[in-house]
Amino acid sequence: MAKKIDETEVRKVAKLARLELTEAEVAEFTGQLSAILDYVEKMDELDTEDVEPLAHCLPISNVFRDDCVKESLGTEKTLANAPQRDAEFFKVPKILDDSSGA
Amino acid sequence: MEQLSANQLRDGIAAGRIRSLDATKAVFERIRKFEPTIGAYISTFEELALEKAADVDQRIAAGDPVGQLAGVPVAIKDNMCTTFGATTCASKILENFHAPYNATVVEKLLAADAVIVGKANMDEFAMGSSTENSGLKRTVNPWDTSRVPGGSSGGPAAAVAGRLCFAALGSDTGGSIRQPASFCGIVGLKPTYGRVSRYGLVAYGSSLDQIGPITQNVADTALMMNVIAGHDPADSTSIDETIAPVCDYLKKLDEPIEKLRVAIVPQFTAGADEQVQKALNEAIDLYMKLGAEVTEIDMPHLDYAIAAYYVIATAEASSNLARYDGVHYGHRTENPADYIEVYSKSRAEAFGEEVKRRIMLGTYALSSGYYDAYYLKALKVRNLIRSDFTEAFEKCDCIIMPVAPTTAFKIGEKVDDPLQMYLSDIYTIAVNLAGIPGISIPCELDENNLPVGLQILAPTFAEDKLLRIARMFEKETDWHKKKPDIEITNHD
Repeated sequence: MAKKIDETEVRKVAKLARLELTEAEVAEFTGQLSAILDYVEKMDELDTEDVEPLAHCLPISNVFRDDCVKESLGTEKTLANAPQRDAEFFKVPKILDDSSGA
Repeated sequence: MEQLSANQLRDGIAAGRIRSLDATKAVFERIRKFEPTIGAYISTFEELALEKAADVDQRIAAGDPVGQLAGVPVAIKDNMCTTFGATTCASKILENFHAPYNATVVEKLLAADAVIVGKANMDEFAMGSSTENSGLKRTVNPWDTSRVPGGSSGGPAAAVAGRLCFAALGSDTGGSIRQPASFCGIVGLKPTYGRVSRYGLVAYGSSLDQIGPITQNVADTALMMNVIAGHDPADSTSIDETIAPVCDYLKKLDEPIEKLRVAIVPQFTAGADEQVQKALNEAIDLYMKLGAEVTEIDMPHLDYAIAAYYVIATAEASSNLARYDGVHYGHRTENPADYIEVYSKSRAEAFGEEVKRRIMLGTYALSSGYYDAYYLKALKVRNLIRSDFTEAFEKCDCIIMPVAPTTAFKIGEKVDDPLQMYLSDIYTIAVNLAGIPGISIPCELDENNLPVGLQILAPTFAEDKLLRIARMFEKETDWHKKKPDIEITNHD
């Protein structure tokens, strides 16, 4: 049987998910995801033409609360787990290159 | 001391007959002796626990008021945020993460004067059915150390069964409280979705996740529910108590349900092992002996629950786990070439295989061109599954079925075949899709001396009734009193 998903597609999905996969992982996931998707397609046996999708079980929609000022975490607590920081900022590699004029 | 239930210990401490400090010291003695074998905890807080216990003892001696769990040593699954210790989710990506706030359930435990012993192991991000997916350590089943404790709340279940605490909190997205409770011969309740606040619970599948108790018996679960149930303004999916009030779950616990109507689903449960079937049939007989009327019903869509679940849960997971990007907290790769590598390499280095697989599956199901075929289809099937339950509960008070098709399996038995591992969740998953409460209680020991669990399901917000139905069974049996003789081994 043809595979549900091929290696090219697995690489594309990995890129969307921002996951760098090794060649071995690409091969492994291609087989495993195909088997899982084959199983999942069991759902096609059901006629769901007139069925509403159910994203959530509770009978609640918008939940509002009073707009009141409360204490927030504060800079130190917020930055306490930062992999890298610079003064009061999270530090990350440069996002714009030098030619962008930014 | 270690033979006491959480209720008995609580009453003894409150009456001044037992000191919490002695109970807490006894727990840490057992941890020193058995934890190297069982591996239930990712972290423990001996100093903090002894301090809290001494404080409770002092207040009781002085006649000051104390909380409902005063002095009782409890464990929590390591996906609930605590300002003390790390909150790892058993993942390398959060190995050194220190939460800046406590989960609401943790605040409630502390307010009830519980003594928090430690944070228990789990499958990484609660993804798994055996705790073998923990990125940090291995937990074994106290009944047989060559077997898994179940998952994903394998650590809390092993801690309760091994008496390395008196009660615990787990979380259940597709069976993660009930199945390990079943494998470890104890009680586990997944409350109705929205009954217990998820604030501070690290998200996996947000429309499915629910925190609940893992305890030695039904009364202890009721006690824990009295502490943790209720609305929380910090969780917009926690239910308003004007819609569904919480009650004192202990108060009427020993009152049986008159004219109990029990439903069974023989066509759906036919695939379970012979011993599991036998245990189920004996449970059915017992309920009939207690005066229950037992009816066979058909729930035609339950066979599709695993398929729908593994699309919905992974889709939600792929979105929830996008936050682990190496920017604000968690693991960051060294020397990334550019900012994209901060994401893709940090995630690749620190997520385990099952987490990657689920992120991939969920991303695929949500991606352009496949959304309708997988995700939307699964949401529709979810509605059909919920309708099966709604219709069933028009005719019965509860549904009983096995928790899992087998008892605890061997370590390593299913790790190479993810689909086989997923299929072992067949009896627990539909409950999360429908949002209803479900409990696992011990109902047998099989020929290998391994516990078998009985699963009882009730309508939305009927936890009080569910606990009473479970208690009816428990009162007539001794399974919940059986404790494992832990064979000390050294796996490392």
